[in-house]
Amino acid sequence: MNSADLQHLAEEEQQRQQQLNLRLFLCYSTPCLSAGADLVKVALDELIAGLDEKQRPDLDIVATGCMGPCSRGPLLRVVERNGSEKIFEKVTPESVREIIGSFLADRAPSVEPLPADFAFFSRQTLIALENNGWVDPEQIVHSIARGAYNSLAHVLHEMTSEQVCSEITRSGLRGRGGGGYPAGVKWELVRKAQAERKFVVANGDEGDPGAYMDRTIMESDPHRVLEGMAIAGYAVGAEQGYIYVRGEYPLAAARLAKAIKDAERHGLLGSRVLDSSFNFRVDLRVGAGAFVCGEETALMTSIMGRRGQPVPRPPYPAQSGLWGLPTLINNVETFASVAPIMRHGAEWFAGFGTEKSKGTKVFALCGEVVNSGLIEVQMGTSLRDIVFEIGGGLPDGGTFKAAQTGGPSGGCIPAQHLDTPVDYESLQALGSIMGSGGLIVMNETSCMPDVAKFFMDFCMDESCGKCVPCRVGTVEMYELLQRITNGSAMDEDLQTLEELCHVVQETSLCGLGMTAPNPVLNTLQYFRDEYLAHIRDNQCPAGVCRLDQIPLLKLPEHAEQLAIFKEEP
Amino acid sequence: MTKTPPNPPVTNEKSPHELKLQLLDKTLKKSQYQQDALIEVLHTAQETFGHLDEDILDYVSIQLKLPPSWVYGVATFYNFFSLEPQGDHVCVVCMGTACYVKGAGDIVARIEQEFDMKAGTTTTDNRLTLISARCLGNCSLAPMLTLDGSVLGKQTPDSTVAAVKEKISSSSVVGEETS
Amino acid sequence: MSVITLTINGELVSARSGQNLLEAIRDQGIKLPTLCYLDGLSTRGGCRLCLVDISGYPRLQTACTTTATEGMVVVTHNEKINRYRKMILELTFAERNHTCAVCVSNEHCELQTMAAELGMDHVRYDYLNPQLGIDISHEKYGVDHNRCILCLRCVRVCDEVEGAHTLDVRHRGINSRVITDLNRLWGESESCTECGKCVEVCPTGALFDKGMSVGEMKKKTNFLRRILDGREKNQWNR
Repeated sequence: MNSADLQHLAEEEQQRQQQLNLRLFLCYSTPCLSAGADLVKVALDELIAGLDEKQRPDLDIVATGCMGPCSRGPLLRVVERNGSEKIFEKVTPESVREIIGSFLADRAPSVEPLPADFAFFSRQTLIALENNGWVDPEQIVHSIARGAYNSLAHVLHEMTSEQVCSEITRSGLRGRGGGGYPAGVKWELVRKAQAERKFVVANGDEGDPGAYMDRTIMESDPHRVLEGMAIAGYAVGAEQGYIYVRGEYPLAAARLAKAIKDAERHGLLGSRVLDSSFNFRVDLRVGAGAFVCGEETALMTSIMGRRGQPVPRPPYPAQSGLWGLPTLINNVETFASVAPIMRHGAEWFAGFGTEKSKGTKVFALCGEVVNSGLIEVQMGTSLRDIVFEIGGGLPDGGTFKAAQTGGPSGGCIPAQHLDTPVDYESLQALGSIMGSGGLIVMNETSCMPDVAKFFMDFCMDESCGKCVPCRVGTVEMYELLQRITNGSAMDEDLQTLEELCHVVQETSLCGLGMTAPNPVLNTLQYFRDEYLAHIRDNQCPAGVCRLDQIPLLKLPEHAEQLAIFKEEP
Repeated sequence: MTKTPPNPPVTNEKSPHELKLQLLDKTLKKSQYQQDALIEVLHTAQETFGHLDEDILDYVSIQLKLPPSWVYGVATFYNFFSLEPQGDHVCVVCMGTACYVKGAGDIVARIEQEFDMKAGTTTTDNRLTLISARCLGNCSLAPMLTLDGSVLGKQTPDSTVAAVKEKISSSSVVGEETS
Repeated sequence: MSVITLTINGELVSARSGQNLLEAIRDQGIKLPTLCYLDGLSTRGGCRLCLVDISGYPRLQTACTTTATEGMVVVTHNEKINRYRKMILELTFAERNHTCAVCVSNEHCELQTMAAELGMDHVRYDYLNPQLGIDISHEKYGVDHNRCILCLRCVRVCDEVEGAHTLDVRHRGINSRVITDLNRLWGESESCTECGKCVEVCPTGALFDKGMSVGEMKKKTNFLRRILDGREKNQWNR
């Protein structure tokens, strides 16, 4: 296939779609599926099979990826020939019959669609997610009709690799995996590295608990990621790419495998991509359950089939990565932003966001919030807008206590900082991090030392065991938090904990250890009173901790609580 | 093995074990016996055999020409690989942040109590394996879990126990049950 | 071989180009503590004791994994680094059961010596006191996991020098253990060549010759440099 063929295929499909009377987009991603989207699909198929010959060809059902407001699933989007669009929430086999029946009979449905100005949608800016909910991820032609591989064709035929790298640099795109390293700098480093072979790796090992942005992108629009990788391959001079998908995401792996095959069959990946002299193969690697593999050096050892342990940097992957060769490694979401940048230009992308954080960021908004789901907002949007406008606030009149960002490497942002613009620097200044994009809203029933303990348990379990501060330090920090939450801690323990946090932060080998103390340090910063209430007053303000233990050295004081010390009457 | 059955089958049919090994060989061939395919090969082995016992690990180590301790080290590094056989039913409770703040810990505690087991183990009657997982990425359904692979969202301790009990009773054959 | 100049603790010194920073520092007669590093084996950066401050780097770096470069400005000891080293060593002690008085390597133990040198007189963290076994199934050697600090010198020497790769590590994090073959008893290992290099490079009493009593186990590691020089520099041409 060459560029003209690609163009032709896209136009053909667009025309077919425009002639349809009714297009039904049913969200077929994991949350909606478990809410019953599969039953809705069966009902839809039956309904259509029962239609007469004249109406049937005018209808199209598309099983799409995620539409966003997952807590309202299953979601159904109905688009009429005139372009008007309605989204229905929580559809059931019964309600879907009524909805479709009303459209066919040209009357108003008795089921109300979501309001057209629903803040969840209207406050978002979709770049990485622009195709989600519009394409069937298993139909390459759907993606092509929406412009997939167009940027690749343009890049291959019109641009040099230097130009591509400088475009990425000028766009201000930063790594979306959490660190926020400028993508252009990385690309340029790999491009300039001298080596016989180079690699491109997409990091889809999304391990942060409470985050599912990458899963959704890979499941909903896999071609977007592949196109970004191919553009990167061309820009840095790599002919081999790997996409590393977390083992917990079998659907994402299956859809990517199909997407790779389809793209190869269409000449969009493989040898002589789009009739150019550029070759680019992508291989899928499925992880096997290790959070540390999200760290880039550990991920690469895992791709090589070894124990996923990190290695000290420098040397950075750009100099010495897979098999000691220069490797460009970026997050899946970063790659998903590449094609739009190439299509609209660096200035367009840099027009979004703040001075230092350009573009948009995808967040998984969940926890105690009315509309939980996947959102994409401009960098710099305030936390208040995200939680109270898009998220619709807390359910059941709950009070906002904190928003957790950055997973086990991040922290809890308290209510007094709700107006902080969400970008890399602002979150870091608050002692949290942007992270990969998990955003969990907590209400008054969450106990902060308990949340810190939860994350420490996670880090302790996921520590690879290579370096002492992380391997032993996380266990000791967990033990100290355990004491605080069970009532056996003393004032000195808090000091020991803080000192330990700093040593683990500063001396660990990789990112996992360096950031493991963040949830503790950050909650100590904003919720120190809560820690003190546990230690000094034996109280858990949130009512979570049982505090049924006593400090060992305080035995005489608490003697009356123990039967053994009680004097015989 | 030493005992011969009274009527030995005359056919050349392969035993289930041999058939499974064939499947594994297919993956090995597909990966061209590359050593970096170890994790993929272990994935296939786990899928086909249900767990990785010593014989299989040894077989993989010979086929990929890797030291046995290397293969064992990789197989035990990753959570996915299980060296113990799993129960008839597998319940994976998500313990991600969103699920945790919405009470997933209570669900695990309740199952542990109800079935007298610990997370990460299998009941003595081999009916149920309980696993607590690190975020399954379905945070909008919190607290969620999977039961034999199917996703159950917005659970409570009661609803989970009911679902697990139903699963177990629906699969057990009446004649099998002894008092 | 070209010579480079760098500043260590305020003094201008010279080193060989491409030389490992740890070696360059030690060449100056400066004592830099290490447990996982051993001249001749690949570097690991796991014990974190050789952390030094290098100007221009945002964090402390392990000297053993850093290459000395022209103009580098390095500080090997200051109040913060000394404190961190001591705390890391305390964590190492807290992890398993290091009871010197009944150890075969008592008074010949690198860990013990290190504690004395760094002035570590108590451990502020909870001892984890794991219940770990001893494997004495091998005819000549024994392994006591209670004294293992997971420096993995044994694993590396077995793989890199002996070429047997009998040893590796199972599980991860705090549950990591050094294993023999498919986690079998050492005595049943098919790949072990019984060369005993692992025992000699072990810094503590975790690996020992059978029959040794308290304080009798002395290790010698100087064989390593001689073998490697012989091999790598082709000094042993026949």
